[in-house]
Amino acid sequence: MKIGAPREVHPGENRVAVTPDTAEQLRKLGFSVAIEAGAGEKAHFSDDAYRAAGVEVVEDVKALWAQSDILLKIHAPETHPSEHLEETELLREGGTLISFIWPAQHPELMEQLAARKATVLAMDSVPRISRAQKLDALSSMANVAGYRAVVEASNYFGRFFTGQVTAAGKIPPAKVLIIGAGVAGLAALGAAGAMGAVVRAFDTRPEVKEQVESMGAEFLMLDFEEEGGGEGGYAKVMSEEFIKAEMELFAQQAKEVDIIITTALIPGKPAPKLITEAMVESMRDGSVIVDLAARQGGNCALCEPGEVVVRRGVTIVGELDLPSRLPTQSSQLYGTNLRHLLTDLTPDKDGRIVVNMEDEVIRGTTVIKDGEITWPPPPPPPSPKPQATPPPAKATATAASPQSAVSEATPEKKPKGLATAAMMGVGLLALLGLGSVAPADFLAHFTVFVLACFVGYMVIWNVTPALHTPLMSVTNAISGIIVIGALLQVSNEQSWLVVVLAAISILIATVNVFGGFYVTQRMLHMFRK
Amino acid sequence: MTEGILTTAYIAASILFILALGGLSHQETARRGNIYGIIGMAIALIAVIASEFVTNYAILAVCIAIAAVIGIYVARRVQMTQMPELVAILHSFVGLAAVLIGFASYLDPTTHFEGPDAEVAKTIHEVEIYLGVLIGAVTFTGSVIAFGKLSARISSKPLALPARHWLNLGLGLICIWLGVLFVGAEEHSGFLPLLIMTLIAFAFGVHMVMAIGGADMPVVISMLNSYSGWAAAATGFMLSNDLLIVTGALVGSSGAILSYIMCRAMNRKFLAVIAGGFGTAGGTTAAGGDQGEVVAVSADETAALLKDAKRVIIVPGYGMAVAQAQHVINDITRKLRDQGVEVRFAIHPVAGRMPGHMNVLLAEAKVPYDIVMEMDEINEDFPDTDAVLVIGANDIVNPSAQIDPSSPIAGMPVLEVWKAKTVVVMKRSMATGYAGVQNPLFFEDNTRMLFGDAKASVDAILASV
Repeated sequence: MKIGAPREVHPGENRVAVTPDTAEQLRKLGFSVAIEAGAGEKAHFSDDAYRAAGVEVVEDVKALWAQSDILLKIHAPETHPSEHLEETELLREGGTLISFIWPAQHPELMEQLAARKATVLAMDSVPRISRAQKLDALSSMANVAGYRAVVEASNYFGRFFTGQVTAAGKIPPAKVLIIGAGVAGLAALGAAGAMGAVVRAFDTRPEVKEQVESMGAEFLMLDFEEEGGGEGGYAKVMSEEFIKAEMELFAQQAKEVDIIITTALIPGKPAPKLITEAMVESMRDGSVIVDLAARQGGNCALCEPGEVVVRRGVTIVGELDLPSRLPTQSSQLYGTNLRHLLTDLTPDKDGRIVVNMEDEVIRGTTVIKDGEITWPPPPPPPSPKPQATPPPAKATATAASPQSAVSEATPEKKPKGLATAAMMGVGLLALLGLGSVAPADFLAHFTVFVLACFVGYMVIWNVTPALHTPLMSVTNAISGIIVIGALLQVSNEQSWLVVVLAAISILIATVNVFGGFYVTQRMLHMFRK
Repeated sequence: MTEGILTTAYIAASILFILALGGLSHQETARRGNIYGIIGMAIALIAVIASEFVTNYAILAVCIAIAAVIGIYVARRVQMTQMPELVAILHSFVGLAAVLIGFASYLDPTTHFEGPDAEVAKTIHEVEIYLGVLIGAVTFTGSVIAFGKLSARISSKPLALPARHWLNLGLGLICIWLGVLFVGAEEHSGFLPLLIMTLIAFAFGVHMVMAIGGADMPVVISMLNSYSGWAAAATGFMLSNDLLIVTGALVGSSGAILSYIMCRAMNRKFLAVIAGGFGTAGGTTAAGGDQGEVVAVSADETAALLKDAKRVIIVPGYGMAVAQAQHVINDITRKLRDQGVEVRFAIHPVAGRMPGHMNVLLAEAKVPYDIVMEMDEINEDFPDTDAVLVIGANDIVNPSAQIDPSSPIAGMPVLEVWKAKTVVVMKRSMATGYAGVQNPLFFEDNTRMLFGDAKASVDAILASV
């Protein structure tokens, strides 16, 4: 099947859905790949680079749409500016489209696509399960956005991020507050920390505390008990008291910090307003707010989506196209997400896609199947609690009363104790029996033997496991002491057979002595600090 | 030289041997310990040779000279990856020597028993000979087979004869019966039962080790180590020689403890290992066919991952020994450490084919031993680790040992590598480990697979770090 990637027509969009790199991998899956001429230009992928990767470069955008079985895009289809055409009209009847769709916000687009009998997979509808992480474009784009948010902030911020003491005076480090420690928040946290800022983060989900702290940032705690994790690992709407406590915290933080980066989103809802006008007012002049929730209305009350504005001396960045500002990186990540999705769609690697609606990931991603709207998908199973306790091995034990569980456990123990006692008894009797018949001479040797066993037991437990191999080779060498037995026999004057046997024994046992000690020494020489 | 001086020499040698083993408790004292062992051995041998019991110096000198040359030649030439083979073959020598000395002791016409306890003493002496030869014979052929398996001259697959437990039981009963015949026999006429028993014991040794799979080799090697000790101890009883008894007991208990440690590290019963045939139970291994999918990475990406990490742990397994990759690993380690990455090694007790095998290989490659950690020392550190590199190991990093009670390796202590941020598993293919158990680690979200020959992969990583 043929894959086509047109130039993105969305204003200000620099990304492209297929890079030379991912194109090569798509071809390995059996697809042929075509792009519109100049599609990768803004992301710094030249047409020649595509050609080198075996991609066909098509000049005419209509031809590209017409000949492609699968269309890969970033933005949902929109009006094509030069051709005065709807991109949905360009899509081949019964074709397949993979891009961001946002089906909830664009019902009329869904209708149009369904009318084209298309199959549409929405990259924004990838289920949030661990198996689907590799094709989660929202996460990979959020990662880029988080990083870029810090770069934007530093662009408008008039000072260093890192603290320094220089000959010209002391520079305090910038204080950065990050609200919402999702993918974007964590990326921003890492970037700001790497630039030397003092970073704090807040999230309604206490389970992310560990992740925040692992990145070297401080996690701000509310003195309040409420679980903020919702379906699929996203945040949910919190109670009124919680929000009140939260707002107090932000108000207090706003006075202290220089930069606020907000990433708080609740799926399917407008972004919560977390930074009020009063808080902006309380911030120092020259402070910066980057609102990554601008597309959903913004977390900051004064945010104007798509604009950079200065209000009360504070720069508020509401840009919507942050991922597009790192087009090479974003294209590569998005392209790889698409490649993973197509790998899942082509189980036989023969260049034919199979939209298997039994597969949870593919089911969730597919919003239109052969002209039939399949969105929304059935609800996913709840996200597992971290470190879920495994179910008890015996299902009956949970139902049974504690008493019966005890009685079940005790008979197991008793025979064990009995067995040990019995063993000891038998051993004692055997020793007594031996002592009653054996001559004193033998018993003397036996005493030595038993004591040596115990000495060996004590000594060997102290041997460090790293030296177990040298231990074996040195015990090998000293067990060559058996040669003494042969030495005592080799001078027998009455039987040549004994002499021969003894001579052979000396020979082999001495190999042990020399070989064992030598190789041990060689090994021990290698152990060095 | 009087008997008194000989006994004193024995005492000195015993003490020195104990000090030799005690010295191995730390790397710093280990070399001194080995020197103690050499001195002890020298004292014992010189004392015996100088005593009135030894007069046949010509044969003695020739034998010792030849043996010394062979021993040192072999010890110099052996590769560190071949240590298990060397140890196995040396065990077989002790076993064979015990057999021959037992024969010689029985055939010795100068042995006489007098006094009121003569009859009992003779019986005890003959039982000692019988046991010494029995243990020696099993040690001999068992070690030879172990050597064959370790050097890949014999397939390392367990050989499962039908009704093998009954076969073993039968052989055991025949040995007891022959023992009764032997002890009851008149002056030296018991040689035939002794010889037959030796042959049966040879067969038993072969069968016992043939039935044990490659992954259980650490247990087998330690067990044979133990047997060679008991053989020496039995010989000591036979010759009424306390030094042999002490040394044999030391070696025997050393091997027994090592076997115990190895069994515990695999969460298996000693008897179950000896009974053999691991992984042949079937049924459980096929469970859970659809485990998800793996994410493959290239050597370049692995190198980048390692360079960006703050803390790295490398988990080597037998695959590293097979690929002889330890030197390159050390180069990678050095480069990463120069770049400020904290690199450590995590060694599972049964990694490799004999106890401590990995430590020796890493030491050979000049990896400093203070960054080589035992499982118990390092297992808690995985959650704080950025990247884990698993080289040629499988079962020892298998999470199903902890989460799947039906798994054949359930309960076996494993290295909890999956708790690290990212795990890169270097592997030839998706084949299962020795235990034949699928490894859910490969399907974890934070696991990346680096397929290919371990040596080629580490070379490629080295080129890009």
